[in-house]
Amino acid sequence: MHQPTQPSSPLRRIVLAGSLALASLSASAATTLTIAALNNPDMIELKKLAPAFEQQNPDIKLNWVVLEENVLRQRVTTDIATNSGKFDVMMIGTYEAPIWAKKGWLYPMDKLSADYDLNDVVKTARDGLSYGGKLYALPFYVESSMTFYRKDLFSKLGLTMPEKPTYTQIADYAKALKEKGGVYGICLRGKAGWGENMAFLSTLINTNGGRWFDEKWHPTIDSPEWKKSVGFYVDLLQKYGPPGASTNGFNENLTLFASGKCGMWIDATVAAGMLFNPKESQVADKVGFAMAPTGVTPKGSSWLWSWSLAIPKSSRQEAAAKQFVQWATSKDYIKLVAKDLGWTSVPPGTRISTYKQPEYQKAAPFASFVLNAIQSANPTDATLKKVPYSGIQFVGIPEFQSFGTVVGQSISGALAGNTTVDAALKAGQAAANRAVVQGGYQK
Amino acid sequence: MSVAHSRLRYGITTAVAWSLAILVFFPIFWMMITSFKTEEQAYQLSVIFQPTLQSFREVFARSDYLSFAGNSIAISLGVTLLSLLLAIPAAYSMAFFPGPRTQKILLWMMSTKMMPSVGVLLPVYLLWKNSGLLDTVSGLIIIYTLINLPIAVWMAFTYFCEVPKEILEAARIDGANTWQEIFHLLLPMSLPGLASTGLLLLILSWNEAFWSINLSSSHAAPLTVFIASYSSPEGLFWAKLSAASLLAVAPIMVLGWLAQKQLVRGLTFGAVK
Repeated sequence: MHQPTQPSSPLRRIVLAGSLALASLSASAATTLTIAALNNPDMIELKKLAPAFEQQNPDIKLNWVVLEENVLRQRVTTDIATNSGKFDVMMIGTYEAPIWAKKGWLYPMDKLSADYDLNDVVKTARDGLSYGGKLYALPFYVESSMTFYRKDLFSKLGLTMPEKPTYTQIADYAKALKEKGGVYGICLRGKAGWGENMAFLSTLINTNGGRWFDEKWHPTIDSPEWKKSVGFYVDLLQKYGPPGASTNGFNENLTLFASGKCGMWIDATVAAGMLFNPKESQVADKVGFAMAPTGVTPKGSSWLWSWSLAIPKSSRQEAAAKQFVQWATSKDYIKLVAKDLGWTSVPPGTRISTYKQPEYQKAAPFASFVLNAIQSANPTDATLKKVPYSGIQFVGIPEFQSFGTVVGQSISGALAGNTTVDAALKAGQAAANRAVVQGGYQK
Repeated sequence: MSVAHSRLRYGITTAVAWSLAILVFFPIFWMMITSFKTEEQAYQLSVIFQPTLQSFREVFARSDYLSFAGNSIAISLGVTLLSLLLAIPAAYSMAFFPGPRTQKILLWMMSTKMMPSVGVLLPVYLLWKNSGLLDTVSGLIIIYTLINLPIAVWMAFTYFCEVPKEILEAARIDGANTWQEIFHLLLPMSLPGLASTGLLLLILSWNEAFWSINLSSSHAAPLTVFIASYSSPEGLFWAKLSAASLLAVAPIMVLGWLAQKQLVRGLTFGAVK
């Protein structure tokens, strides 16, 4: 606000002061929400469409902080742990939601508006975001894992990919593709990290009957199931995978597959939309898909992850924040994206109603696979033998971020040939044991 | 030594210098060409492609570059001025009136640079939160100044040590007070050195990423936060990230080029006697 330059009469001053006070009043009546968001295509679209929300709610202004996943996690954790209240809405994952809810860091997502239709939100996704029977975040997009393969190469080699392949079949196909198909037989995550190679490996271990811990919180990383699974993985990638597989994460494999260098790839369902987009992928018309492969049990063979919106207890604007979170995860928002970008690009996996849309089924041939994978991924029943934790591709305790990554680094080392699988698992076992002993889990 | 021999030597040094320069410049060159590629091309190694401004358009549409750049300029200028303001008197007293513990203090100051920043993240975060400095330009200026002060003091100290004490003494005998001594003699004589100290401070605070990402969110966020928002674990981002990085380093690179002579002169000041 500018000061008047000309000398003013007392009356004028009073009027001016009054209008200034009014102006500042109306300014403070508008609520500003700061949203900590992840840099991914779905979130960028949300940011782009958010002015529609601001128009509907003229008293709410949105402020965005967009960051990369690991930076975001560190930034948001610092803020929430110091109760700073810099953020009103945070994007968090299935791993954080129950842990943070347990610590009392999040507002429960109750008293939602009548037209929100919570039962339309996929149940496994809701379960993954709940703690003690209460929901603490609303899913913005949900992903599971599945198998992608090259239809053209399969038919050329006379192979058929079943809808539900087994890992034994995958190994045979990888061999054939590498030897006769002129491509790397299979691409898998090798980069170390609890959310990188360990996400895939945990599903492989689950389906082979293994688990991270037994009921008494003793790690089972040196068990035969782990040895079998990790041995299989290292052997498969060393023989038929791309060179330098131990540094490949989601993006590297996406590039390899999209540029036609991989015959098969098992990874996040979110890749389907990218591989089918001819602007980003040279194999858009040649991609086939199947469920994530299984071993001795289908339990825990595909993961479940959702990026969700939550409201930290430190926020002073719970009501406005809840209004925004509901809008961003509503049926109307999905329709808004469909109108702007087309149905292929709507946030996947959150609502059953999305999958009932004939336009979506037509535009996204992978839709039913994705929904099926998400609905069958149960974070509370992901292993053959009983476990004391929840989570499919992770262990839902705060210590997991650290020891999960240490185990990931040992296995990545084995994949690179720096150490043996046995030595890697022995080191992993010791790291996991240390973490749970220090955390006081073992009774 | 024959002429041919010295020519050969000259040729070899030139070749080595050029290869080193290319080695250092190559990543920046690669970033530049990547920013003109499409996301798909960005993952290929070819240098022949149809250049496009697509990534730049995307970056400008997605974030408010000018606000980030404005914060970066305000922060780095503020840090440079504040650091010099504090470092010059400190270095003056250490260089011309050293006490028995001056050397130890200098070493102790440097030792603060040896701890990883993340070690003090929580205490600093809480202090900043309680004093209302989170996400403010002044908050970032204060933390950067604290980080860069040891370097500024050390550099200024080294340059001041090159100034003959006798000149200052002569001025004192002629009746000059401390301020006159500093402004009329010391500063003009060590100007090249101080200028390069200032430039270095400017570059260091422009590039600092850890504290800016942790202590700012939207209002005070500088260009490092702007770059950080373009990396992604799921999805192709290299072209956009390169475009954002190019936009972020362009101002400081231009400044670096312009000030090259000054920088080299200042950094080698007193190296040859």
